[in-house]
Amino acid sequence: MSKMEKGDLTLSLFDLRLPQLHDQLSRKELTVSDLVDHAFQRIGQVDGKVRAFLALDEERARKTAREMDEQLSRGGERGLLFGLPAGIKDNIVTERLRTTCASRFLENYDPIYDATVVKKLRSAQSVTVGKLNMDEFAMGGSNENSGFHPTHNPWNLERVPGGSSGGSAAAVAAREVYFALGSDTGGSIRQPAAYCGVVGLKPTYGLVSRFGLVAFASSLDQIGPITKNVEDAAFVLQAIAGHDPYDSTSANVDIPDYTGALTGDVRGLRIAVPKEYIGGGVDPKVKEAVVNALGVLEKLGAVWEEVSLPHTEYAVAAYYLIASSEASSNLARFDGVRYGVRADNPDNLLDLYVKSRSAGFGPEVKRRIMLGTYALSSGYYDAYYLKAQKVRTLIKQDFDRVFERFDVVIGPTTPTVAFRIGEQVGDPLTMYLNDILTIPVNLAGIPAISVPCGFVDGLPVGLQIIGKALDEMTVLRVAYAYEQNTDHHKQRPQL
Amino acid sequence: MSEKRFETVIGLEVHVELRTKSKIFCGCAVEFGAAPNTNTCPICLGHPGVLPVLNRKAVEYAMKAAMALNCEVATHCKFDRKNYFYPDLPKAYQISQYDRPIGTNGWIDIEVNGVTKRIGITRLHLEEDAGKLTHVDGGFASLVDFNRVGTPLIEIVSEPDIRSPEEARIYLEKLKAIMQYCEVSDVKMEEGSLRCDANISLRPFGQKEFGTKIELKNMNSFRGVQRGLEYEEMRQAEVLASGGRIVQETRRWDEAQGKTVPMRGKEEAHDYRYFPDPDLVDLYIDDEWKARVRASIPELPDARKARYMNEYGLPAYDAEVITSSKKLADLFEQSLAHTNDAKAVSNWIMGDLLGYLNANNLELDEVNVTGQGLGEMIGLIEKGTISGKIAKTVFKEMLATGKSPQAIVEEKGLVQISDESLIRSVVEKVIEANPQSVADYKAGKEKALGFLVGQVMKETRGKANPALVNQLIIEKLKS
Repeated sequence: MSKMEKGDLTLSLFDLRLPQLHDQLSRKELTVSDLVDHAFQRIGQVDGKVRAFLALDEERARKTAREMDEQLSRGGERGLLFGLPAGIKDNIVTERLRTTCASRFLENYDPIYDATVVKKLRSAQSVTVGKLNMDEFAMGGSNENSGFHPTHNPWNLERVPGGSSGGSAAAVAAREVYFALGSDTGGSIRQPAAYCGVVGLKPTYGLVSRFGLVAFASSLDQIGPITKNVEDAAFVLQAIAGHDPYDSTSANVDIPDYTGALTGDVRGLRIAVPKEYIGGGVDPKVKEAVVNALGVLEKLGAVWEEVSLPHTEYAVAAYYLIASSEASSNLARFDGVRYGVRADNPDNLLDLYVKSRSAGFGPEVKRRIMLGTYALSSGYYDAYYLKAQKVRTLIKQDFDRVFERFDVVIGPTTPTVAFRIGEQVGDPLTMYLNDILTIPVNLAGIPAISVPCGFVDGLPVGLQIIGKALDEMTVLRVAYAYEQNTDHHKQRPQL
Repeated sequence: MSEKRFETVIGLEVHVELRTKSKIFCGCAVEFGAAPNTNTCPICLGHPGVLPVLNRKAVEYAMKAAMALNCEVATHCKFDRKNYFYPDLPKAYQISQYDRPIGTNGWIDIEVNGVTKRIGITRLHLEEDAGKLTHVDGGFASLVDFNRVGTPLIEIVSEPDIRSPEEARIYLEKLKAIMQYCEVSDVKMEEGSLRCDANISLRPFGQKEFGTKIELKNMNSFRGVQRGLEYEEMRQAEVLASGGRIVQETRRWDEAQGKTVPMRGKEEAHDYRYFPDPDLVDLYIDDEWKARVRASIPELPDARKARYMNEYGLPAYDAEVITSSKKLADLFEQSLAHTNDAKAVSNWIMGDLLGYLNANNLELDEVNVTGQGLGEMIGLIEKGTISGKIAKTVFKEMLATGKSPQAIVEEKGLVQISDESLIRSVVEKVIEANPQSVADYKAGKEKALGFLVGQVMKETRGKANPALVNQLIIEKLKS
């Protein structure tokens, strides 16, 4: 087999859906070692261009693959994600596998425990191949804030992959892994999924354990899957959702069978389309793709209506106050005393803190720590943090009112397609506004998915489907029905 | 000394470590004296990604303490982050309770010179302890032990109702007793399971407004609290009397020098940037839970004191001393299963037992005394098996060895001689040998009788029944 053919085989394998891969493994047409070999081969081929990975765990992955192949020959029960090579965003801790949050501060940090989701992936028997790039401590929407290097959009290497889970979305889009985990605080799963033409699901706050997710904004952070299609997203969600006694904010609810949502049936579905989500700030071509998508769903028997989420315009301001406030406290533990960067020869204790943190954190992280510290300061707390919390309540009520009459809210995931690397670096406020359509969902704590719904100038557009709290079933059902009637998700970037 | 011109106003902030088995937000053991950094895990070490989960037992202990201090227990409370950097605080914030503490508006009654005085308790809240720093090499390095980090603490803040350093000490002793009775803490100041900071200010008598306060830290014993406050009271009075002004500051009690000194490196006012901890959910305490915890509170010192006075007829002073410690009170009650003479038990506890403990600087649980032993010993006196004097020897032996009084008496041949003929023969011998004393007695010197009794006791190596000796000598002298 020539190298060229082998490459094609690898790619075609990557296009199989999870149940198909499982069939092939069952029929011994394929081994886990094959899958892992192909993943590392693909990474070797394209990651020099995409730069999605911060660390690879090749030795352990191959060893795990061999063990799984032995299990395969013995027969018996297999995990839900058996043998699937996966990438994990670098803010999810992995025992003895370097976890940096893409921060210089943690350049040499090897965690001493596994995140709950990592344990869950292990019991579902996926194979972790490595850790994925991101904006430092998940602060950013372009991966340009990585302390190490930016990741490139596989559809156009001059463009950002989005962020903060840019490495996760790019790795899935570039077919380097079968799926990836990301985290979403203000859109960090959905926005890069949209930019990279893949599926990204932010579950309801509390559905997936945060234990082991390095906290950015504790009341907003949520881990979720990034996959090539909706079906895979349902499988991965199945594996990682569920109550965790180590996370007090974890929802103690029964987890449904998410594959039961993959019916394709949306007859009678009531869709709300907020006028604020398709207004002036949204690129007309993006809007057009969304309107076309609504047309597809309409043909399938759904009905849609324009509604208003009147407090949307305050969401970004409220978000940056709340998230930065929490971050200023969450990131205080990086003090140079126990792990991470520690300045040499400090004059005194204060100097140790100042020098270590100055050296370890990048500019966006520093900006948000300062913003959050300010917002929580005595005399400002009421005007900023407390007021932002009140806005948050109003935004939640906006959604509650709409969900009284509608099953889902649909709009674009982002106002534009992926922008050029470097284009917005000097303008953090414009950068923050990219999140305007995703942030309200985090503030309300509800689930949303981004699925590919077309291309503008050769770059993918994402359709955002937002559901009621803990109603991932409906979100997945709508996304799957749409996806099965379109071809956007079958496109793959040429690398 | 000149007349007191200023009224002293004191408020105390007391931290009490709760003796739960595990820490407040993780599963690590709470244990004093373990090798450094052995009771730690990623959670209490504040590693990236960890989350706290509240220990329900810690909440119950805090509720119990709050109820015992007559606080209202909140139905809805929450936890907040108190943000500050320090190497003993791994997350760089302490999880505490800011505006919704578990207990508010409590009080305890203290006894000052026989008068009961009520001290208000502003609030009681639950929080986590920090680690422990040890400075070595003359300030060149600091070592940190994270074993203590995450130990559940309650902070008990009093109203500024305390009017003297002595009242402060008595308040602390009462607080300690109540915590002991509830069994929520070891309350050992020397092990740091009870810590106290004080606010003290002076004002002219009759003035309503408080004077400028000084925060006083580093007092390591109840005695130290009293002495530190006495010093500060004197210092402030001198400053004010000479027309000076008190500057608000934090001072440290220097036990060795016997004075307070300003804390080094005067820090600027801390802004702790409190905000609700988003990693924890609000805590709701329903009536059923409250009732269950309330039912688990044992009889407290005040109630026991009243009962001892009513039921056993103990004088107020005795009842106060004995109920000041739960262990002492338990000992008292256990003794009464073996003797009916409550006053005798009280006398032995307050006299010989506490005397022995004080003289040897021991705690009650460091000696081998049981209620059964003490009660039986008093029974032996009642039955005339041993004399009160011999009992003192027996008691010391009990404390040292833990043997039963019966065994000690038999082993050492200490059984009292009540054989009349035997004692009479000794009496005759003594009277014969001491004609001068006999003459003195007959001349009306009652003292001479005591001497003669003493001589008989000496001859019998203390074993003669003293009442019988007395009776026989008088008979003999009058015959």
